[in-house]
Amino acid sequence: MSEVDYADVQGLVRFGYGQMTSASYALVHVKNADAAEAWLRSAPVTTAVTQKPPPKTAMNIAFTAPGLRALGVSEEIIASFSHEFRGGMGQESRARQLGDVGKNAPSNWTWGNYGREPHVLVMFFAEADQFDSFIQTSRDQNWSEAFEEITSLGTSNLDGDEPFGFADGISQPQIDWEQQLERPCTQLRYTNISALGEFLLGYRNEYGKITDRPLLEPDATTAGLLNADDASAKKDLARNGSYLVMRQLEQDVRGFWKFLHQQTGGNVAEAAQLGAKMVGRTRAGDSLVPTQAEKIPGTDPRTVTQNQFTYERDPIGARCPFGAHVRRTNPRNSDFPEPRLSALRKLLVMLGFGPKGFYDDLTSSVRFHRILRRGREYGSELLPEDALQPPPANESPRGLHFICINANISRQFEFLQNAWITNTKFSGVTGESDPLLGNRESMPGCPVTGNFAIPGDGALRQRVSGLPQFVTLRGGAYFFLPSLRALRYFAGS
Amino acid sequence: MTPQSNFMVLAPIIPERETELRQLLDSMNHGPGQVDPNNGLLPFAEFETLHFARFVILDDKTTEDVRVYGLAPRTYPLYLAFLGDVDGDANAFLGKLIRRAGKGLGKIFSCCQGFGPDTDLLDWMKQHDAPPIAAYVNWRGRTVRQIREEAALYDALQSYIEKDGEVLHGLAPRDIHQKLHSFANGEQSAGRLTLSKEDPTPIEWQIKNLAHKIGFPLLGLVLSPLLLVAAPFYIIALRRLEKTDPVVCPIAAQIHSEKLSSFEDHDVTNQFSAMGSLKPGLIRLLTTTLVLKTVNYGARHITRPGRLGRIRSIHFARWVFVAGRQRMIFCSNYDGSVESYMDDFINKTGFGLNASFRNGIGYPRTNWLVRDGCVDERNYKEYLRRHTLPSQVWYKAYPGLSAVDLERNTRIRKGLEMSSMTDDQARDWVALL
Repeated sequence: MSEVDYADVQGLVRFGYGQMTSASYALVHVKNADAAEAWLRSAPVTTAVTQKPPPKTAMNIAFTAPGLRALGVSEEIIASFSHEFRGGMGQESRARQLGDVGKNAPSNWTWGNYGREPHVLVMFFAEADQFDSFIQTSRDQNWSEAFEEITSLGTSNLDGDEPFGFADGISQPQIDWEQQLERPCTQLRYTNISALGEFLLGYRNEYGKITDRPLLEPDATTAGLLNADDASAKKDLARNGSYLVMRQLEQDVRGFWKFLHQQTGGNVAEAAQLGAKMVGRTRAGDSLVPTQAEKIPGTDPRTVTQNQFTYERDPIGARCPFGAHVRRTNPRNSDFPEPRLSALRKLLVMLGFGPKGFYDDLTSSVRFHRILRRGREYGSELLPEDALQPPPANESPRGLHFICINANISRQFEFLQNAWITNTKFSGVTGESDPLLGNRESMPGCPVTGNFAIPGDGALRQRVSGLPQFVTLRGGAYFFLPSLRALRYFAGS
Repeated sequence: MTPQSNFMVLAPIIPERETELRQLLDSMNHGPGQVDPNNGLLPFAEFETLHFARFVILDDKTTEDVRVYGLAPRTYPLYLAFLGDVDGDANAFLGKLIRRAGKGLGKIFSCCQGFGPDTDLLDWMKQHDAPPIAAYVNWRGRTVRQIREEAALYDALQSYIEKDGEVLHGLAPRDIHQKLHSFANGEQSAGRLTLSKEDPTPIEWQIKNLAHKIGFPLLGLVLSPLLLVAAPFYIIALRRLEKTDPVVCPIAAQIHSEKLSSFEDHDVTNQFSAMGSLKPGLIRLLTTTLVLKTVNYGARHITRPGRLGRIRSIHFARWVFVAGRQRMIFCSNYDGSVESYMDDFINKTGFGLNASFRNGIGYPRTNWLVRDGCVDERNYKEYLRRHTLPSQVWYKAYPGLSAVDLERNTRIRKGLEMSSMTDDQARDWVALL
């Protein structure tokens, strides 16, 4: 396996650019392909090479399938990208799978739906004092000739909290950049290390397979691309690239805290506790299950106190409910329901004679469903204690520009969104979807999806019902985040 | 116990009437994948012993794949399959079906060959019976009636807890059990809840089942000297084939993939039908047959209720040879989206998947029958997607309920009917609510 050429990878895969507290996302249409290519050729795209001192500005660029088309990429090449990338997030069947129905339906989006589907996403990051000048120099003469802006999404810096007021971004998978992992083999323990191929195309993934991606015939135009590792006669268009998912999630912060206070009779501490049960962490980001002494591979030493835990000792969700947002999105399990196994026991479990409990072994193994989150908040901060006040006139919306990076949109982002977030049957629960993100829409035979059960240990579960919709999808799209080489190929150089 | 059985009617469509048939089938739906359970042609909802049913036009677009073995593709007639899973005897069910919906069925089947105005429907359906080589039932003996009664019990308990939760909170699990036990008894006496007793298991079925249970291993035992002698040769031949079998997993056409999606995810459960040609040759045919007979035996006599290996999301499944031994169809009813279904399979029961599908032409390369294969995730998923057929009409008797829901409801009911429990039992039971 060849080493990763960081100079060929866009920086966002490796960094969140935390020190650059200002950011904005331009979603644009290509109106003049030649001018667009000229702009792309000169764009100062930030790579994944570590720089000392760290840069003060950064730019990364991604394309939708229509965007590639607009730049003259052939249908044959586009057809070798994944089904979901080609189809787009707003397709009716896909929207149904993702729970993007009701208020979340593509027809209600402000961007990303039919006619407002962006071609290119340009992400600008900068330290606060550099931001305005960076944007100005980037949007030069070529930019205005090349692109028509659909929207430009601003962000805000909430110091690591998300708009509801909970610490965010605490847990991220650690990427095996050095490609030391031996896959596949049955993982008996939860690990936070993910194969490089889960986040970068052209490398081995958690199945031990080199990811699926477009490979091109060598010719004059593809000379600048790398050769494919597994098919040396082909040029690898996607190597060092990835897929990027973007969703604008508007958060009803007032509605969220108002509901919690109503449920707890105005008791501030209890409202925060209920909120913590729904999120699966306290506002400060502490886990609801105790951390363990045993190390979890790939846990950042700085976050051990908040991340060194699994739900193994919370089998019925008495500490952290199954339905809690962070338990749904990362169940922290392994490939097997039991951690230590003899060969015979393993065989028995495989044949279905493992643990007999109702809640045992219901959740898919998480290592195939990790994502790298790179989103940023938008709108002004609203503290929980102020959220109960009546809103000022014309209050501007707030929320999260959710961005994630993954090599397989359907197995990673879509699986998470469909099987874990939207699913009303996650891990044996029923009548509830994600307490934060759920759309509360009824389904055939499931009139109610707005419950939230809080199991008790040796006691009857408590059930919160009538959860309103707290988060509304305002737009979204699937992008390809190319390598620097592929970017130059698209830009015709 | 009322055992479940299945039926599948398989008949070639008259080419000139395919369009009409498609229109007829579409007329049973509100939209793709959304049947009207009371539609005029075949009002599924009126049959209280019917779990699942579907009409699928077996429009197999992969028949050209046999070319990789140097064979000329055959032209098969286009088949219509009508299949279902029922409580009790399938023939008795078909009789009822014909009495209530014979006209509608006749209209559908008149688009098939060999069906005239004077044809006896039941005879014709029996003649076109396509029995499975292997079948799986999630919970043998659990009837549609039981599923509905237990779902009603669950709802009643939930609303009792919501209304009278105060008296239950703070109680020890055994006391909660006692309170709910008396509540359910009261509801039953008042006629607001019904929890029917199991019907006696038909003697004929018991005998047949026992014969199968003993017969299959006995046959193996009798043949074992022969099998032992043949085994080395068989293994060498199989390994040689395994190493040379071509893999055919092109990316499924986008339009095909999108059409399939439009039929999916209208309920928590989905239908799945996949069809393809089998690799030629006796060794492979023997392997397929033996593997599927073993799966069938295991599913029938060994698996725990609610489980197929580690998988808990399949309601019913079956493997059927389609008219001869060249092609096979796999049909199932599973919970969740197709992506989670496939991932669950790869990760939890890849060995079973490989053993039972590896003889499909083009399946990702296996090793020793059970290894690798589907771990080649991308090829495996494209392979399945390409072989998947849309089900023109699909009916499920209990919308909104997953197999795991059914298991929870059954566990709650069983616990509730116990007059007393140990502390541990009561804790586990209360956690189900």
